[in-house]
Amino acid sequence: MTSTRNVALTIGLLCVSLAGWEGAVRLLAVPIYIVPPPSRVVVALWRGFASGLYPRHLVYTLTETVLGFLLGAALGFSLGIAVASSRYIEYFVYPYIVMFQSLPKVALAPLIVIWFGLGLASKVVNAALVAFFPLMVNTMVGLRSADEDRVSLMRALAASEPQIFWMLRLPGALPFVMAGLDVAVILALIGAIVGEFVGAQHGLGMLIQSMNFTMDVSGQFSVLLLLSVLGLALNKGIAVLRRRVLFWDPSVKSRSDAL
Amino acid sequence: MAATAISVAGVAMRYAARGASVAALADMSFDVAEREFVAIVGPSGCGKSTLLKILAGLLPPTRGEARLRGTPIAGPRRDIGVVFQAPVLFPWRTVLDNVLLPVDVQGLPRDRHRRAALDLLALVGLEGFEQRYPWELSGGMQQRVSIIRALIHDPAMLLMDEPFGALDAMTRELMNLELQRIWLERKKTVLFITHSIPEAVFLADRVLVMTPRPGAIMDDVAVRLPRPRSLDAMSTSEFGGCVARIRARFNAQGGVDA
Repeated sequence: MTSTRNVALTIGLLCVSLAGWEGAVRLLAVPIYIVPPPSRVVVALWRGFASGLYPRHLVYTLTETVLGFLLGAALGFSLGIAVASSRYIEYFVYPYIVMFQSLPKVALAPLIVIWFGLGLASKVVNAALVAFFPLMVNTMVGLRSADEDRVSLMRALAASEPQIFWMLRLPGALPFVMAGLDVAVILALIGAIVGEFVGAQHGLGMLIQSMNFTMDVSGQFSVLLLLSVLGLALNKGIAVLRRRVLFWDPSVKSRSDAL
Repeated sequence: MAATAISVAGVAMRYAARGASVAALADMSFDVAEREFVAIVGPSGCGKSTLLKILAGLLPPTRGEARLRGTPIAGPRRDIGVVFQAPVLFPWRTVLDNVLLPVDVQGLPRDRHRRAALDLLALVGLEGFEQRYPWELSGGMQQRVSIIRALIHDPAMLLMDEPFGALDAMTRELMNLELQRIWLERKKTVLFITHSIPEAVFLADRVLVMTPRPGAIMDDVAVRLPRPRSLDAMSTSEFGGCVARIRARFNAQGGVDA
């Protein structure tokens, strides 16, 4: 009931704003190489899909993003565990990781293209480098946030440190890990696009750049739309995973109660 | 007199806090016999929980020696069950899996203990809740789960640190009856820490009374009420006499929670 009304409202609002945009651009006679009307964007989108151009580049960018995300997540998760479980690693290695993190990754992208070439590998590496940090920090914090009473309970049961890790710290860290993945997947997409900007033969980022050279602003708008939908879809994918993994966490429970 | 289950001899504990050393336990000595139910009452901050941590092997005492069944405590042991003030359940485990936590940690056969766990759940009226999660249970139900978790590996001794402190007064009375019932059925040695004098007198065979920090034992009160005790036992003169005696000891020291 309420949900159908909400859907109708959302669609209505979207139509009104699109009509407003279309009207304003036509009325003020804004040149299409500055701001195109939504109808032109839709046409560009249609043509892109009909010719097979957009699907090809979309799949390419998606592959880069997912591979980069997986690599970055694995790296961040392992480093997070390493730093959380060893004072030495935290003392000797962590400062360098933070130093590396404070470096703007965009500035690193040209080097990565030199090292890994114009193909898939450089984008995957770029995406991974951008995505690993939030996951590392969240894993670290999550592992250290184990409830003291629960740790005492495990100790009183004569549990070994590996048992405390597997039975308590790791599951307890999952809410933090999932929040890290949430951020990391979007960062991976940004990393992949930045990599494509610097030098690539395929992908939506490369497409935007080549359209920019030909002043095809409607095309750029349509690819931007595609990118935001891609980002939303990746985010939803993580949300589904989160609900399955964290069914016991208040953040998931309260949301499912509310709906 | 039965054999000694817990023996504490001259145990003292000092913490280092910001350069200064703070005494938590002054000089504790007492014995608990096998299958005896002993309660320890004391004002807040008298070191009751420190004592429990020492007995659970989580904290070595600064001085003195504590023994369980004759062997000095050198670390956590598998023949004790510990119940804390909070239920301390794991939200990602079902009720049944929470009860089986000690079994998993100690690598005991799960099949056999699964049946024992279901029996224990039935004993505390939690039949049908095995596959629920802790957050679907009320506070009293959660605490019952944590008590039977402490019993699942069939330890000889139960250490309980204000297990009902967080519950409302009515649930608390029910839990006291429940605990007595479990104890009568399973006959474990119980050391029960509380700051409620009536609760201590109702449950225990003997009540040890602690001084304010640094804690030491200032009285040892035997409660001669027949078992099983019903809540009516609280209106007997023996009950009233024990409560009055303990309260008088506290007041002489400046009052409870001073």
